[in-house]
Amino acid sequence: MLQNLVDGILVGAILSLGAIGLTMVMHMLRFANFAHAELLSIGAYAALVFDALFGAMLPVLTVKLAPLSMTFALVLALILSMLTTGVSAVLIDRLVFRRVRAKGDDLSMVFASFGVALIVRAVIGLAFGIHTQLYTRDIVMAVVVSRDPLLILKPDQLFVVVAALAIMAVLHLVLSRTTFGFALRAVAENPSLAQVNGVDLGRMIMAVWLIGGALAAAAGVFYGLANQITPHMGRDLVLPIFAATIVGGIGSIHGALLGGFIVGIAANLALVILPSGYSPAVPFLIILAVLLLRPNGLFGEARA
Amino acid sequence: MIGLVSYLVFFTTVASILAIAVLGLNLQWGNTGLFNGGVVAFFGAGAYGTLLLGGTPQPDHLGGFGLVWPLALTGGMAAAAVLAWVVGVLTIRLRQDYLAIATFGVAIAFENVMRNAEALAGGAKGLRGFERPLMAWLGDGFTYNIFYLCVVLALLAATYAALARLVASPFGRLLRAIREDEVAARSLGKSPDRIRLTAFVAGSAIMGLAGGLYGTFYAFVSPQDITPTLTFQLWAMLIVGGAGNMRGAVAGTFLIWAAWTASGWALSRLAPVDWQLYTGQVQFIMIGAVIVGMLMWRPQGLVPERLVVSQSGRVAPQT
Repeated sequence: MLQNLVDGILVGAILSLGAIGLTMVMHMLRFANFAHAELLSIGAYAALVFDALFGAMLPVLTVKLAPLSMTFALVLALILSMLTTGVSAVLIDRLVFRRVRAKGDDLSMVFASFGVALIVRAVIGLAFGIHTQLYTRDIVMAVVVSRDPLLILKPDQLFVVVAALAIMAVLHLVLSRTTFGFALRAVAENPSLAQVNGVDLGRMIMAVWLIGGALAAAAGVFYGLANQITPHMGRDLVLPIFAATIVGGIGSIHGALLGGFIVGIAANLALVILPSGYSPAVPFLIILAVLLLRPNGLFGEARA
Repeated sequence: MIGLVSYLVFFTTVASILAIAVLGLNLQWGNTGLFNGGVVAFFGAGAYGTLLLGGTPQPDHLGGFGLVWPLALTGGMAAAAVLAWVVGVLTIRLRQDYLAIATFGVAIAFENVMRNAEALAGGAKGLRGFERPLMAWLGDGFTYNIFYLCVVLALLAATYAALARLVASPFGRLLRAIREDEVAARSLGKSPDRIRLTAFVAGSAIMGLAGGLYGTFYAFVSPQDITPTLTFQLWAMLIVGGAGNMRGAVAGTFLIWAAWTASGWALSRLAPVDWQLYTGQVQFIMIGAVIVGMLMWRPQGLVPERLVVSQSGRVAPQT
C-alpha cells in the first residue's frame, strides 16, 4: 500500500511534466494534441543518442554520480535533449499543424495529431528498433527503506521526483514573475486582446511548443530512467497524460501539475484492488469519474 | 481463376463491412462535426455483443445465449449504442476535446477489459463457439461466402439509403446547422447537445452493426481485432473519400483497404527476412502520412461534400 503510494508519486511526477506542456498547447492552440506523448519518446531517444555520443567522446563523463545510476554524460544529454525536443515540437508545428490550422478546423488538427503520432512512433521504431533500451545496463541496488510496511526505493526514483519538482518550480517562477510569462498567459486567455497589446502571437506559439517539448523530453528521460525506453512509450502514456489534464482542468497549469500526481497515485493505488492487467484502463475510469463529479476539472473554466 | 474470384469475394465482403463503419463515422464527423477517437470500441462492442448473444454456450466464459442471428446482431448494435450513450452523455456538452479524449480512452479500456476478463469474453484467446447463420443449409464453402457477401451488400445498401434519407431530412439539416454555427442553431430554439448525442449514438450503433457483421464473418473475435490500428484505417478511409460525402466515404473505404492489403502483401513478399518485423512500422508511416497529407493538401477529400442550399416552400422567382 505504502509502496503503491510512493510508486504513484514517481509516476505522477513524470505525468505532471507531460501534462503541463500538453495543457499549455491545448489552451493556446485549442486542440487536443494526441502527438504530445510522442515528444516524450523523442526526448528519451534523443538523450540516448547524446548520452552515447558524450560517453564515446569524453570517457571522463561516464563516471557515475553515486548513488544514482546517472552519469554526468546523461545529465548533459538530458539538457541537450530538452532543447532538441523543443525544437522538434516547433518543427512539427511548422511542418504540419500550422498548415492544417490554416486550411481546416479544430477537428482536423486532432486528426492530424494522430497522424503525426503514428508517423513519429513508427519512425522511431524503424530507426532504433522495436526492442526496449536502457540508459545503463548496470544494476542499481534498491534501498529497503522500511520492512513493515514494505517500502523499497531506488536512488534514481528519488532523484526523478526532486528534479521534476525543480523543473516545475522554475517554470512557475517564469510564468508568474516575468513579462514573458505574463505575455504567454495573456495570449492563452485572449489572443486578440494580447495582440492589441503588442504581444507577438507567432513567437508565443513557438515558446509554448519549446516549453512543452522541453518538459516532455525531461519526462521521457525520467520515464526511461525509472522504467525503460521503448518506441511505444508514447502510446502507453498518452491516456494517463490526458487524464491528468482533465483532472486539473484543460488549460490550467497548476491543475495539470496536481492532476499528474493525482492520476499517478490513483492508478497505482487502484492496483491494490485490481489485477495489474487492468492498469491501462484505469486512466479512463479516472476520466469518467472526473466528468461525472466535476466536468471542468479542479481548476478548469466552463468553455474556452 | 476460382482462387482469384474467391479472393475478390473475400475482399469485397471485408471492405463492405468496413464501409458500413465508415458511413457511421461520416454521420458523426462529416455531418455533425463530432470527433470519435475510439471507433474500434463501438465496432468491438458490436462484434462481441453479437457473438456473445448468438453463440453456443461455452464452459469457460459468459455468453452463448444462442439467439437467432438478426436478434444477436441487433443486440450487438444496442451494446455499441449504450456504450456511446454513456460516453456521449458525459462529454458532449463540454468542449470537444473532452469527447476526443473520452472516446480515445473508451477504446483503450474496452480492448483492455476484453483482453483481461476471461470470464466475460474469453480474454486474449478470444470468443469462439459461434455458428454462422444458415451454415447448415449452405455449407462452409464458396456458396456460403457468396451468400454472406450478398447479406453484407444488402445491409450496406440499406445503411446507405437510410443515412441518405436522414441527411436529406430536416434532422440532417439540423446536424449541419449545428456543425456550422451552434449559436445560431440555439437561437432558433434547437437543442444542440441533444441532437449531437443522437447523432453520436446512431453513428456508433452503425459501427456496432459493422462489428457484428465482421464477427459473424470470421465466427471469431479477439482483442487482436480491436486494436487502435483499425480506428486509424477507418479515419484514413473517410478523410481520403471526403468527410460529409457518403459516396466518397464508400469509395475511400475500398481504395484504402485495397492499398492496405496490397502494401501488406507487397511488404511481406519483397522485404528481406530480417526486415519482416518492421513491415508493420512501414504501414503505420503510410497510414499516418495519408491522414496528415490529405489534411494538409486536400482536407475536403477526393469527393468533397456537396453543400446544399435548402429551399423549403419554394418561393416563386421574382421578376
